[in-house]
Amino acid sequence: MTDGAPSTSNRTPAVQAGLSDPATIVSFSEAQLGEVRRLQSVYPDARGALLPVLHMAQETFGYISLEVEEYVAALFDLSPAHVHEVVTFYTLYFRERPGRHIVAVCHNLSCHLAGAPGIIAHLKQKLGVDPGETTADRRVTFLTVECLCACEAAPMAQVDDRYELNLTPEKIDRLLEGLP
Amino acid sequence: MAEIVLMRNFSNPESHTLDAYRASGGYAAWDRARAIEPAAITEEVKKANLRGLGGAGFPTGTKWSFIPKTHTGPVYLVVNADEGEPGTFKDRYLLERDPHALIEGMLIAARAIRCTKGFVYIRGEYVEPWRRFSAAVKEAYDAGLLGQGFDVVVHRGAGAYICGEETGLLSSLEGKKGWPKIKPPFPAIKGAFGQPTIVNNVETLCCVPPIVTRGAEWFAGLGTKTQGGTRMYSVSGRVKKPAVYEAPVSITLRRLIETAGGVSGTGRLKAVVPGGGSAAILSADEIDVTMDVDGLKAAGSMIGSAGVVVMDESVSIPEALMVLARFYAHESCGQCTPCRESTGWIYKMVHRIVDGRGHKEDLDTILDVAKRGAGTTICAFYDGAVGPYISYIEKFRSEFEALIPHG
Ligand SMILES: Cc1cc2nc3c(=O)[nH]c(=O)nc-3n(C[C@H](O)[C@H](O)[C@H](O)COP(=O)(O)O)c2cc1C
Ligand code: SF4
Ligand code: FES
Repeated sequence: MTDGAPSTSNRTPAVQAGLSDPATIVSFSEAQLGEVRRLQSVYPDARGALLPVLHMAQETFGYISLEVEEYVAALFDLSPAHVHEVVTFYTLYFRERPGRHIVAVCHNLSCHLAGAPGIIAHLKQKLGVDPGETTADRRVTFLTVECLCACEAAPMAQVDDRYELNLTPEKIDRLLEGLP
Repeated sequence: MAEIVLMRNFSNPESHTLDAYRASGGYAAWDRARAIEPAAITEEVKKANLRGLGGAGFPTGTKWSFIPKTHTGPVYLVVNADEGEPGTFKDRYLLERDPHALIEGMLIAARAIRCTKGFVYIRGEYVEPWRRFSAAVKEAYDAGLLGQGFDVVVHRGAGAYICGEETGLLSSLEGKKGWPKIKPPFPAIKGAFGQPTIVNNVETLCCVPPIVTRGAEWFAGLGTKTQGGTRMYSVSGRVKKPAVYEAPVSITLRRLIETAGGVSGTGRLKAVVPGGGSAAILSADEIDVTMDVDGLKAAGSMIGSAGVVVMDESVSIPEALMVLARFYAHESCGQCTPCRESTGWIYKMVHRIVDGRGHKEDLDTILDVAKRGAGTTICAFYDGAVGPYISYIEKFRSEFEALIPHG
């Protein structure tokens, strides 16, 4: 590592129990901590690894709670306030536990022209929640998002990791049936 | 259509693999480039008239030549794969279908600017493109193409349109929120982690291997006097065959729409966004413009990312502006007062107009606010919002007025 790299070696990351969610112990495994160190060494300043490590944290803990922010901050020798500022800036970090699946419908221009409002209305009715909300059974978090850059197949949505293209109400129904 | 350069490998279902790329002549450009002096590579790219395909259209070779010759520390190459401009989807295709073309372009660019480490910033939502590209990077390491003086770090974004702006991207790469930075200093002088950095778009770098193998004259000859090559036009909206189309940059918008099957819906054209959501809108009688950087500039719009969104006569222009205004209100990073405040207020005003609750003076207020704020902000995001605000209202004013009670 070159100049400006925060030294993480002399700090033992605090292991803390997530207060808001007693089931979650906010702590990476040894292997994950090795991966954190590897990521930190790839960037000229270890801090460059913050976004990748936050992705890792979200995968591991399900979302980025304040406890997770503090834990990650300690791994980088950063203030929790800095990490909080970063986490709240980006749309892909969840600050509350989302549903088991994320359905994110694009509502930007090309999707709008291709009928996104109808798709959104259909989902609202099917799921019984508004965009930004999670169904009571915690199955689906329903979002509307800006252009996902698959406008040639509008209207479209991102369902978890996958792009679902050329949506119709029937296709939505089939999709929802396939989500456990 | 004329020569296909960037999409030449797309029809092969295995095009993303090293074997297929090699079989189609891949990495021959890199073999050739490593025998050429770095400065000569830059000269070749200059002569090819390659201009950045990410949005700003800056001459690529010229940008590369800005890296200070006397600098002794590291120099970085950063690939902008944060594709997010509404109406644009070409980089997604390149990442998924020809990832080795990007790696080869990076190798050549890195040699030209004497760089040993490159970062590829891929938007967080692009999971499949990220997997494909990462697999290609692994293949390139295993084959000894990478790791021999040049390393590639694949970096995933986390959802924020503004990280497509090059200095916002660099802030984000450094582990901060994606706030753009005041220029100068330009990234070529002081960029990623404080070091001289070249930021190039995916498609721009994919143009580099063909330039090296087939020569600058050939590439320059494909385009216009001031811009060489072909480029990938993302065409969507009300056309019969929405898709990405490659064409010489001298193609007219009219011809491009025909290529995409013509106008769908009513079949009669009302307006076209020629260069991504942030480009000023063109009306149906303005489509004989050529789709190069200077052609669209002369027409009062911009080619930007070459995202073409077609609107037939049944499309409501106020509604289209409302959708874009919502986008700008959502994506402003909040750093500059004119951008942060106006994007929010203008969205509210356009929204109430569309809802039939507009006030008589709203249109002039929006135009006034937009015109005064243009050019006053840290980054070009706000100018990209102002282009649509002004052009949609000025060119289609009567449509807005018709929605305003007692307008
Ligand atoms: C608001 C905003 C968003 C941008 N988004 C992108 C983008 O998604 N991809 C991209 O390559 N360039 C984008 N740009 C342009 C970049 O700032 C920069 O000009 C480009 O990456 C340089 O590469 P090029 O010279 O190869 O085009 C954006 C610019 C602005 C102002
Ligand atoms: S113009 Fe807007 S997006 Fe750009 S830095 Fe200023 S507030 Fe942020
Ligand atoms: S507008 Fe929906 S993917 Fe681009």
